[in-house]
Amino acid sequence: MSRIAACFAALKAQGKTALIPYVTAGDPHPSITVPLMHRMVAAGADIIELGVPFSDPMADGPTIQQAHERALLHNTSLHDILGMVAEFRQTNQTTPVVLMGYLNPIEIMGYAEFAQAAETAGVDGALTVDLPPEEGVGVLPLFRAHGIDPIFLLSPTTPNVRIKTVAEAGGGFIYYVSLKGVTGANTLDVGQVAERIAQIREHTDLPLGVGFGIKDAQTAAAVAKVADAVVVGSAIIKQIEATPADHAVIMNNISDLLASMRTAMDA
Amino acid sequence: MKFSEFNWNAMPDKAGHFGAYGGRFVAETLMEPIYELEQAYEQLKNDPAFQAEFDRDLKYYVGRPSPLYLAERWTRELGGAKVYLKREDLNHTGAHKINNTIGQALLAKFMGKKRIIAETGAGQHGVASATIAARLGLECVVYMGAEDVQRQAPNVFRMKLLGATVVPVTSGSKTLKDALNEAMRDWVTNVDDTFYIIGTVAGPHPYPAMVRDFQSVIGREARQQILEQEGRLPDALVACVGGGSNAIGLFHPFLADESVAIYGVEAGGDGIETGKHAAPLCAGKPGVLHGNRTYLMEDPNGQIIETHSISAGLDYPGVGPEHAWLKDIGRANYVSVTDAEAMQGFHALTRIEGIIPALESSHALAYAMKLAPTMSKDQSIIVNLSGRGDKDINTIARLEGITL
Repeated sequence: MSRIAACFAALKAQGKTALIPYVTAGDPHPSITVPLMHRMVAAGADIIELGVPFSDPMADGPTIQQAHERALLHNTSLHDILGMVAEFRQTNQTTPVVLMGYLNPIEIMGYAEFAQAAETAGVDGALTVDLPPEEGVGVLPLFRAHGIDPIFLLSPTTPNVRIKTVAEAGGGFIYYVSLKGVTGANTLDVGQVAERIAQIREHTDLPLGVGFGIKDAQTAAAVAKVADAVVVGSAIIKQIEATPADHAVIMNNISDLLASMRTAMDA
Repeated sequence: MKFSEFNWNAMPDKAGHFGAYGGRFVAETLMEPIYELEQAYEQLKNDPAFQAEFDRDLKYYVGRPSPLYLAERWTRELGGAKVYLKREDLNHTGAHKINNTIGQALLAKFMGKKRIIAETGAGQHGVASATIAARLGLECVVYMGAEDVQRQAPNVFRMKLLGATVVPVTSGSKTLKDALNEAMRDWVTNVDDTFYIIGTVAGPHPYPAMVRDFQSVIGREARQQILEQEGRLPDALVACVGGGSNAIGLFHPFLADESVAIYGVEAGGDGIETGKHAAPLCAGKPGVLHGNRTYLMEDPNGQIIETHSISAGLDYPGVGPEHAWLKDIGRANYVSVTDAEAMQGFHALTRIEGIIPALESSHALAYAMKLAPTMSKDQSIIVNLSGRGDKDINTIARLEGITL
């Protein structure tokens, strides 16, 4: 069983929902990323979504755009990030790590080389925002052959007939984007999300994560009632944005935020 | 492959691919909207009423057909092939961009969208979008890199006069690519009521095909006009390539005419060897950006790098996917000219023919200055004079140290 499947199975047995924080690798400095990953696990993260910075993050709002820009100031590359995952794996063999980013850094590395290197480093999934299943025909089998789950997004605009197509192409879990818009946008409507989640469940058995618009412990807890996983991105990045020069403060603040979410979700 | 027998209209394929290029590389939220757009376009493309309305607007609002003008004095000076200019600069709003915005705005109207958004570099596409929005009574928001807002101030003011909101984009390199990113973000957020008018033959399918179809009026007219004036096809076509919409518009109707050599001219900036340029076809590599796979200016890690060109309209790190494919199959040649050469083309046409060209088009003119003398006097070249240069006079004055 893959690390992602094992993680969801264990949580299900305990009646819990997964907490998935997102951080951009290399933000605000590459030296913080691996220690931060460990701290997030200690604070209650079940899966880590590690952002691969890109010069043109078209699907992201200002908060994550700036995180990418900060990471790129240090030339954080996909190679570097695979190194970070390998380092994380030296002391953590259980927490799944999903890379989230855009296609071009993978394309330039080469799909076969990436799949092999990601497997060796201990990556469990890849969420590539601008690679829809339609364009993944040649790529996705390579990912799967190396144990990398291709994780896809579903959105409020996805028609029901398409949910099945996307779900069949995907693995690991499905990430439901709760809002039309970019990351870090408005607060979501839990009622609408619940309705949509129910529709999606008719077409797939994959665990369902919900992200976009989860800002605090309260929204995390509300979403946890209807989803299998809660994804938090911009709210975490804002902690980095607040004190980019002080790594200790960043780690404490992110840790506190995740711990408060964990407590609220488990209550 | 035999160019004369190939069905050029069969490209792209159903999934929007031109060989390895093109496609639909967008986030999930935009997948359904681009399928809807494709469906609406497929339906209208062959609808005689839609085509008639489009043709009527091109004739009475834009002023088409644009003349094909033999630049006699310049031809004599260059001492080689006859140089014809396709006068897209005479279109309403002063460039070829209006052909496409009219087509897409009619489509927006048909789809019931109340709001249009656009990205712009030099401001020509922004002006063309604001113009058609004013005429159709649609709300219009134009995204423009903050740096371009500075260097194209007259066009910014034009857009505002036309009632559009111009949003300066301060992320990334603050130029055209960042304006495109921001327009995509707007679209993904306001997808229910908003139509995104992309200004060039890039973006996800169906944009490259649709924009090409709307711009192909340039080449269809030019082909007929040269046959009338010369009694034979031209020997070469020359057009500048940023995203590549004026170029594909001229080239496409000639692709099966094997005897016609095709030259797309990229912005060589300070020179290809300096790295400060905007010539992905000449010096870039294939990658994925803005919804399609194409040649890009990128670093070894796949990050898009900053481009440089004297011309805001060519200052873009990618290029339409059909050009990428035409390069690979060898149907078109892609070359570059430097900022300095483009300036020579600008001054030559202004002084010798009394036509002030856009800095974008000046790249095509500069290449024609090199090409014409290598050809014989009974041969001919069509250069796409894609826009007029009024918008660039401040830039040129500044470069030459003149205070207006």
